[in-house]
Amino acid sequence: MDPKTFPIRAANARTPAFEYFSTKKDELVGWARKFSLFPYPFVTACCAMEFMAVSSSPYDTDRFGAALPRFSPRQSDLLMVVGTVTHKQAPVLLRVYEQMCEPKWVMAFGACATSGGFYQNYAAVAGIDKIIPVDIYVPGCPPRPETVIDAIMKLQDRIARSHHPIITGTF
Amino acid sequence: MPEFELPNPVRPAFGAERDGEVVVNIGPSHPATHGTIQVITALDGENVRRVDVHCGYLHRGFEKECEDHTWANLIPYVDRLNYCSGLINNFAYCEAVETLMGIEITPRCKYLRTLLSEYSRIADHLTCIAASLMELGAMTAFLYLVMIRDYVYEHLAALTGARVTYTYGRIGGLARDLPDGWLTRLDEILVQYEDFIGRIHGLMDRNRIFIDRMRNVGVITPQDAISYGFTGPMLRSAGVPRDLRKDAPYLAYAELDFEVPIGINGDNYDRYYVRMREMDESIRMIRQLMDRLPEGPLNVDDRRCVLPEKPLVYSEIESLINHFKLIMEGPQVPAGEVYTAHEAPNGELGFYLVSTGGGTPYKMHVRSPSFVHMGGVHRMLEGYQLADFIPTFGSINMIGGECDR
Amino acid sequence: MIAPPTVELLRERLGASAGEVSLSHGMLVLTLPSVELIGVVSRLKTEFGFDMFLDVTAVDWAGQAPRFEVVWHFYSTSHFARARIKTRVPEADPVVDSLTSLYGSAHFMERECHEMYGIVFHGNNDLRPILLYEGFVGHPLRKDYPKTQEQPLVPYRTEGA
Repeated sequence: MDPKTFPIRAANARTPAFEYFSTKKDELVGWARKFSLFPYPFVTACCAMEFMAVSSSPYDTDRFGAALPRFSPRQSDLLMVVGTVTHKQAPVLLRVYEQMCEPKWVMAFGACATSGGFYQNYAAVAGIDKIIPVDIYVPGCPPRPETVIDAIMKLQDRIARSHHPIITGTF
Repeated sequence: MPEFELPNPVRPAFGAERDGEVVVNIGPSHPATHGTIQVITALDGENVRRVDVHCGYLHRGFEKECEDHTWANLIPYVDRLNYCSGLINNFAYCEAVETLMGIEITPRCKYLRTLLSEYSRIADHLTCIAASLMELGAMTAFLYLVMIRDYVYEHLAALTGARVTYTYGRIGGLARDLPDGWLTRLDEILVQYEDFIGRIHGLMDRNRIFIDRMRNVGVITPQDAISYGFTGPMLRSAGVPRDLRKDAPYLAYAELDFEVPIGINGDNYDRYYVRMREMDESIRMIRQLMDRLPEGPLNVDDRRCVLPEKPLVYSEIESLINHFKLIMEGPQVPAGEVYTAHEAPNGELGFYLVSTGGGTPYKMHVRSPSFVHMGGVHRMLEGYQLADFIPTFGSINMIGGECDR
Repeated sequence: MIAPPTVELLRERLGASAGEVSLSHGMLVLTLPSVELIGVVSRLKTEFGFDMFLDVTAVDWAGQAPRFEVVWHFYSTSHFARARIKTRVPEADPVVDSLTSLYGSAHFMERECHEMYGIVFHGNNDLRPILLYEGFVGHPLRKDYPKTQEQPLVPYRTEGA
């Protein structure tokens, strides 16, 4: 289930103390999750150059906790789709996405992952959101490392503000 | 969640037919295969018996796009072929179109294109060596090389406006001239490069583990290399001294003094060392070019392809119409066909253009070195261990954009 | 003795089988009928030193007959010379001989030419799709294949899925 924010209905509301603890728990879990992102770099094309640049000095995603790439979908939570996804690659992308465990987020890195870029033809998928749900889109062809860092920070804000049910379906 | 069986986009050449063999699939989403190659291997324990290489996971329909865009609008697309060295693709394509149109570029443009080609070659070799060293576990070497590569990217961004895909070449010249202080900064970067590369040499060249993993691994014989169409560092590491910059000089290479490094065994260590030495030779060439860069106009004064100056476009009707027609219809290239090849960092990058007159190509085909190398890579993988797959593949420098186009 | 190739020498040695020999932007061009291909190419390799096979591709002259023009490029590492061979094949029977018996690089390149244009290389028994995928119908680089006609392998998501 996507950890999106949703309004607490009156029927589900418990005591004020429960709501207080639930919010504090969400803040704690959100803080922990946002600063320990394990990206799965699903790297295909030119954006890989900027991905390499943003992972190393001087830009360095390690400052944001998102440095350690995990090349197994079971061990990662942020799927960074870096570069063009073609129709031949689409089943591979869907399989990797399905193998990741919750909670998971998807970053569409670059113009080709966002919308197909300028490859509007028989071979390229016009945006990976036709195949998998995307949480954050990073424009650029390829995006400058500062843009990627901005995207990671925005994603971290979103994770911090989300609802994180970890013990039951609602808490 | 879709309830259907995910289709297999490839048909393997073999199943697990033979006794004792296990079929292992590597890729296409794998860090060592640069994200876009699938290698289906039949293993006997750790020994690789048979290999079936599948490319095409990054086929973006470049050649079909070419038939829909004007000659000048294709320059961003060619950039993204070998994206590690975008400028060389630009210049090779522009030279092919200029040959068809019968245009000769100015001396300043010729020297500047040569300088930037060598600069791009350095960026490409840095990327290749950094990635292959990281895959072996040498993270420090990766960080050093990416640091110096970042200086190069920022420096090129000061000139062209972009770090990775420049779109700087134009038919008949270049997009803009050098800004002030660019050559001074280039000098500084070359000095810093020497420092960083010295550290890499110190870390890797006589490192016992590195030598054990790379020497006599992924060997290709010279006969096999020529038969499978290898060019560039792959061919030179096997001992064949062929380099288009020396054999059939183009741009300003005939006037430069440089050596072409050759390997002995054709193994991974030779490819690493050939690339390191080629970077040193590129630095030598860049220093010579910096001294010899002539003054003068950058773009050829030919209204068929070069956009007129903006003040003229806004004041004269002829320039306005010229500008309009060049943008909307594209430069009119006379009918004919041409094949132009440049020495890209991976090998011979060739553009075959067919024109029937008009502003858009009738057909464009790219002879990409990475695609041809994929055809011969099975000779370098079969008979070695599974763990040798990583350094061998890294030393080929397969670039997906170029391989699959 | 491998002789440096020139237009005159090719015409003299290969005679009628070489078809039309000309020079185009510094490159030797031979336009010949498709039956002569394998004989001429093996003579180019042994007598003239064209030991590297660079490329094979096709041009779709839609509306003309024969429709496809198959183009091969060769390079000589000893004389630094280039050669282009062109031949025409009709749409109904687009078959040419394969060069896999002479050059190892022909395998992949003929596969690509086959899937993009539909040219059949007689003698190459592995013409699986290489850049395209299993299940792709049609030959995309032909002029009658629309550029934006996609054949997705994975069904697209619907709103809210």
